[in-house]
Amino acid sequence: MAEIIVVTSGKGGVGKTTSSAAIGTGLALRGHKTVLVDFDVGLRNLDLIMGCERRVVFDLVNVINQEATLNQALIKDKRTEGLFILPASQTRDKDALTVEGVERVLNELSEMFDYIVCDSPAGIEKGAQLALYFADTAIVVTNPEVSSVRDSDRILGVLQSKSRKAEQGGSIREHLLLTRYNPARVQAGEMLSVEDVQDILAIPLLGVIPESEAVLKASNQGQPVVLDQQSDAGQAYLDAIARFLGEEREHRFLEVQRKGLLSRVFGRKG
Amino acid sequence: MSILSYFRAKKQSSASVAKERLQVLVAYERNQRNQPDYLPQMQQEILAVIAKYVDVSVDDVQVNLDENCSILELNVTLPEASKSRA
Ligand SMILES: Nc1ncnc2c1ncn2[C@@H]1O[C@H](COP(=O)(O)OP(=O)(O)OP(=O)(O)O)[C@@H](O)[C@H]1O
Ligand SMILES: [Mg+2]
Repeated sequence: MAEIIVVTSGKGGVGKTTSSAAIGTGLALRGHKTVLVDFDVGLRNLDLIMGCERRVVFDLVNVINQEATLNQALIKDKRTEGLFILPASQTRDKDALTVEGVERVLNELSEMFDYIVCDSPAGIEKGAQLALYFADTAIVVTNPEVSSVRDSDRILGVLQSKSRKAEQGGSIREHLLLTRYNPARVQAGEMLSVEDVQDILAIPLLGVIPESEAVLKASNQGQPVVLDQQSDAGQAYLDAIARFLGEEREHRFLEVQRKGLLSRVFGRKG
Repeated sequence: MSILSYFRAKKQSSASVAKERLQVLVAYERNQRNQPDYLPQMQQEILAVIAKYVDVSVDDVQVNLDENCSILELNVTLPEASKSRA
């Protein structure tokens, strides 16, 4: 039985797909058989971030409609052992996904994998609700910014009332992943701090991912940012994954990086 | 130093303004979503009845249900010289 993880946020463009790719890859790097499922029907992008866009033949909707088998639709990642991608469809039909269809596919994947990571579309309506409905665990991606925090709280409301776990009287495990964090702006009082966001949302903190140039560089190359192990964002994601797996890791990249004396004198890059 | 911190204290950072606004909004929205679906309709109907007798507006009537839906609290702010219409 796999653990089903939904990466969700309410608000769009906060880093769900970036985080799904990083977390899925990270789990596989740690030796867990993992599948990344793109639920963003009509706006699939996970394939692009994972660099397998040219290998997409069949997609989630094809599998649901039984036009293809799972094995035909799953794309095996070429870089990371034990990692597969199930792309979303590009159809404009918003009703392409059904609860029954999704359940059947997830059940089948559950037999094959340790972790199923679902990249949710933005919003709090049907598409997002379907992506989170069967989840055991939710990773709520939030930016330190008012509308993102508000929408995260709204998606928490949905997780707590409209998921299968909630309907059965249980609850989904919730994690906060704060992304695009800029310590300098926090220090200047221009950006909500980790503590501020935690005070408001009141769910356990999985990690803080700094605003980082490495993310764009990674997406340009179609390579999840955790594979850039020199980068701050890559390391922050790896820490978050370790915490997810139960390890204790101190939070890094929360303070402004002070340049050392030498690099200040010689203008070297830190 | 003390003068500096005096000036600093006067101007609230935009992040703390953001936090305060969010705390108010999120508390309000959480309260809203814990309320049963029939509440807005009920509030409308209660308001309609009261408005038949007293000059009140939507903002003057507050209907709250506690967490377990066991106590219904009705708050009506009556106008200054509460004139009956009947
Ligand atoms: N830590 C980061 N540092 C810098 N840029 C980032 C970071 N995280 C995400 N981004 C950028 O933010 C943009 C949106 O990211 P992403 O596509 O992952 O968001 P999303 O939540 O999946 O969006 P959508 O709601 O449209 O699906 C991308 O351009 C990405 O490169
Ligand atoms: Mg996305």
